[in-house]
Amino acid sequence: MNSILTALRRFAADIVGNIIRLFVRFLTAVRADWQGIEPVPKQRIFFANHTSNGDMPMIWSVLPPAIRRQTRPVAAADYWLKNKLRAFAGGEVFRAVLIDRRREVNDDPMAKILEAMATGDSLIIFPEGGRNMGPDPLLPFKAGIYNMGKAFPEVDLVPTWVANLNSIMPKGEVIPLPLICTVTFGAPLHIGPDESKDDFLARASAALADLRPAEPEEAAP
Amino acid sequence: MNPASNPILEAAMAGTTGSIVLLALAGFGVLVVLTLFGELIRARQMPGTQNPVLDTYMTRVESWWAMVALISLALITGRLGVVILFLFASFAAMREFLTLTAKNRADHMSLALAFFAVLPLQYIFVWMGWHGIFTVFIPVYAFLLLPIVSALRGNYTRFMTRVAETQWGLMITVFCVSHVPALMSLDIPGYGERGVLLIAFLIVVVQLGDLLDFFFGRRIGKTRIAPDLSPKTWEGLACGVASAAVIGGFLAWLTPFGVIGAALMAAMASLVGMFGNLVFAAIKRDRGVKDWSHLIPGQGGFVDQLDSVVFAAPIFYHVTRYLWSV
Repeated sequence: MNSILTALRRFAADIVGNIIRLFVRFLTAVRADWQGIEPVPKQRIFFANHTSNGDMPMIWSVLPPAIRRQTRPVAAADYWLKNKLRAFAGGEVFRAVLIDRRREVNDDPMAKILEAMATGDSLIIFPEGGRNMGPDPLLPFKAGIYNMGKAFPEVDLVPTWVANLNSIMPKGEVIPLPLICTVTFGAPLHIGPDESKDDFLARASAALADLRPAEPEEAAP
Repeated sequence: MNPASNPILEAAMAGTTGSIVLLALAGFGVLVVLTLFGELIRARQMPGTQNPVLDTYMTRVESWWAMVALISLALITGRLGVVILFLFASFAAMREFLTLTAKNRADHMSLALAFFAVLPLQYIFVWMGWHGIFTVFIPVYAFLLLPIVSALRGNYTRFMTRVAETQWGLMITVFCVSHVPALMSLDIPGYGERGVLLIAFLIVVVQLGDLLDFFFGRRIGKTRIAPDLSPKTWEGLACGVASAAVIGGFLAWLTPFGVIGAALMAAMASLVGMFGNLVFAAIKRDRGVKDWSHLIPGQGGFVDQLDSVVFAAPIFYHVTRYLWSV
């Protein structure tokens, strides 16, 4: 009985995943630009800029199915466990690695991430640690990505730039605009043998910022 | 008398559908030749070698198959099918256009209104055939109301640019595109319900004119019209327009214009379309992009595909209305 239920939930998660993907594609005609890597199934960490809650579904939607099935986003537990619907989406559709950001909880997020990596899955992470609301293209990176790269030196760290999402759905707006969104994947990084944490974080941040397409004379917000 | 049992009307309807089927078959015939031509070259290609030009060509031909099939299907379905097809074309075109225009957070509501209110309303008016409304709705009402919505947010940074670019996008991608299905609502004495054939006529002459402009431009083109914008040449343009006129003359049976009239209308539509193409090239250069988007494999975006038809449509509509309609 239990196994039937699990299979049913699995099936429902697949369907919901496809609906999300089609919706994202219809609305934003999202396109993947594989600049620095080929879309092949290989263990990777996609580290992306974070301006909107739509970032993760957007990256997830442009990944080819074979890669998508092997890729899990790292996401905030307080957001994805808020209600049953989100818990279903986060846990079963996206199969997110949920991290508790609350200080009072004595939870080791890095242990969870490394555990997920040990199974060979790829991950989507947002190294800025939160949504970027300011005028700067990127916030300073948290150390997590460095620790992941140290623990699994053979895994590709792929800079992933999500463009235009901020105008599609700025914070505080309800109706998303159907503008075209592009997800650009850059050349993979690896931590140098004697590269310091700060040096690597700066290098990773620069590699990600380099993928930012030239804005057509952006009107300041 | 029940109109459905009217034998004259029935014959006229069958004639319209028959003409569309004939045109679609001709289109498919051309595509079969183009596909066979590509496959033949591919078959003669050395194994293991790459031919990027051939690959681009074949992707284009495949996209043309889809387009001819889609347009034929819509034309056969009649009014509603055509309106829905162009509604989606407008949506895709506006998405490409507004992705590249200046905007900021203060414009969010006016842009949402443009997409989700102005666009569908315009097509409802076109579907109802309300000439008096769909010809002024965007140039008057949207033009005045959307800037108000933006201004209410109280942000004046580059206000003129933002408002003007949004309005330009609406005019081109919604107002102009909607004049293609609007051709069906013209009441032309003795032409009956054959308005849908005018759409086929407009698209065929403009697109073939463009294709022949490209072909002759490559062959005999010398004088660039605007060297910084596009490889278009005066020689190519003249040959393209002349070819469009000849093709228009041959397709006169689709129209109420007569042979000479059809040739002149085709030449005019093709000429306006080609200059429209130049305008779009200038916009793309300004924004530093090669194509509007990557929606259609091998040919860029919707706007890349439609640009000349978009420019030609409103003028074609109004000239037809003034000279032939009641």
